[in-house]
Amino acid sequence: MSEPILKAEHLGITFGGLKAVSDFNMTINSGELIGLIGPNGAGKTTVFNLLTGVYQPTEGEFFLDGERMNGKKTYQVVRAGIARTFQNIRLFGQMAVEENVLVAFNESFSYHMGGAIFRTPKFWKQEREMHAKAIDLLKIFGLEGLAETEAANLPYGAQRKLEIARALATGMKLLLLDEPAAGMNPTETEDLLNCINTIRDRFGIAILLIEHDMSLVMNVCQRIQVLDYGRTIASGTPEEIANNPQVISAYLGSDDDDDDESEEEA
Amino acid sequence: MKKSMLSTKQSYLVCAIGVVALFGILMGVCESGLVNAYIKGIMMTCCIAIIMTTSLNLTIGVLGQLTLGCCGFEAIGAYSAALMSKLLVANGVAMDPTLRFLLTTLVGGVVACVFGVLVGIPALRLHGDYLAIITLGFGEIIRVIIQNLKVAGGMGLDKGAAGQALIGIDRLANLYVVFWITVVTVVLLFMFARSRYGRAVKAIRDDEIAANASGINITYMKVLVFAISAFFAGIAGGIFAQYIGSLNPAMAGWLQSINYVIMVVFGGMGSLTGSIVSAIGLTILPELLRAFSSYRMLVYSVALVLIMIFRPQGIFGNWEFSLTKVINKIFYPVKVREHGKPKQDGADGKSEKAVKSGKSAKEADKTAGKATKTKEAQA
Repeated sequence: MSEPILKAEHLGITFGGLKAVSDFNMTINSGELIGLIGPNGAGKTTVFNLLTGVYQPTEGEFFLDGERMNGKKTYQVVRAGIARTFQNIRLFGQMAVEENVLVAFNESFSYHMGGAIFRTPKFWKQEREMHAKAIDLLKIFGLEGLAETEAANLPYGAQRKLEIARALATGMKLLLLDEPAAGMNPTETEDLLNCINTIRDRFGIAILLIEHDMSLVMNVCQRIQVLDYGRTIASGTPEEIANNPQVISAYLGSDDDDDDESEEEA
Repeated sequence: MKKSMLSTKQSYLVCAIGVVALFGILMGVCESGLVNAYIKGIMMTCCIAIIMTTSLNLTIGVLGQLTLGCCGFEAIGAYSAALMSKLLVANGVAMDPTLRFLLTTLVGGVVACVFGVLVGIPALRLHGDYLAIITLGFGEIIRVIIQNLKVAGGMGLDKGAAGQALIGIDRLANLYVVFWITVVTVVLLFMFARSRYGRAVKAIRDDEIAANASGINITYMKVLVFAISAFFAGIAGGIFAQYIGSLNPAMAGWLQSINYVIMVVFGGMGSLTGSIVSAIGLTILPELLRAFSSYRMLVYSVALVLIMIFRPQGIFGNWEFSLTKVINKIFYPVKVREHGKPKQDGADGKSEKAVKSGKSAKEADKTAGKATKTKEAQA
């Protein structure tokens, strides 16, 4: 593989005196599925916020396909090719499922205000094309039958899927999934796992995954990076991570105050 | 199955025929002398209210940003149009009255739009109550400045004395022309709302962070919508100035703005047809209540409170009235539900929802029917 999709070098951010993330390095090649794990409050979501331009890094740089992304606003980062989902689902609740996807297609349209107002042939052509594309995308997730439903009325699992579909519609190269399996039962998780594998194979994109469900992470990720207190404490294949003493101590605690966290993990 | 429904083009045609028919009725009653100047005045006020309410609904209902400064923009448009008209006369420009009316009204809209952008860029960084307060403050600033501007009848900004009304504006507003301006306004707003722009705006309303993460430039879209609203408010102001013939700075006050916000909420947030109905209804209602003389405003307020208690989502909610839908219902009563059918422009896309909430839709149908009847009755 030639150029990595994402390259983060010494990325860090400080809130006041608190170093939320420091010296974060990561290289993701196309088609790779990387896991980002760590105890609660380790800075995983902060990394996502850095990579999507919600926060600006106070140190270090990151590149998408060789293009420097520091200082870009969220919508610019998204247009450049990094899309994300959210830990707490964020859909356009009052809009139809299909419209949710169409919103993310917004940048693929090229008609302007005049075209919209006068309903030019270009407008109709593009609207038709985008409709077809949106339905195709929804089919991958088995949501095409719900295209006209209001997003807020979808069951929980379908909402998660719709969020991923919407992220895909932005035409990204790197997909950031923030705890996609949170609150799902084992069957739904299994279903989601298949989904993630399908989209990775089909679109040839890279995926960075935050997840607490260890079975999911260990099963699908090629490499895993572990954060604790904003620092990377380990990275490697799932087997290496599972046997890494530092990781075990971060998760289970090496001293006597370990009870609460181990319970959470189980 | 699809053949039995009206196609998009047909539905546009139906709407066009509906509008022309409405214009025919309007022209008929005006030409035959069935209505007096008083009724014509109410119709004119209705048109102005429709333009104000539908354009305000774009900001409040579709974009979801509460602004209380719409009358500030209306006043800017009104004064710009009035002064432009006076300037043209003073310079001896001979012009067809209708053309002059259109030109000055357009100038009013453009000036208001420029102010909309200038105010929108800093103001739209705020949300909710804060935005409401800052726009309210903006409206008051406009009022005070106009009160003191020499060109607008004041004593000059450094004198501090309150001015009087700007009088002697040529009354060029013609009901037929204003009717068509109203139609064009509503059509433009519809086309905007039912395009990729409208979708982006609705996405911002539903979840700003997610909209941003879907690649939408939030600031740009917000300022765009704000400017469009300001533009049409300016147009409404221009019509108002050239209909009344004199202007008073009090028109920029927040009480007036609240009045239009009430119309938007009353008609249903995000429903342009709801706004039209409520603009007509709430303009006519106080006139109908003249029989109660001094208790008029009391009855009006009580009516508002009752309606908000029994229908808090507004008359239409976020549902749109559509002639096409009515025709489909009457002529093709088979329940057509086909998943993944191409989303047609008209209200067809929402028809499924309407079927689901059949009761409320029917109710709204009735209201709409009533509203048209009222308009006809009044005409």
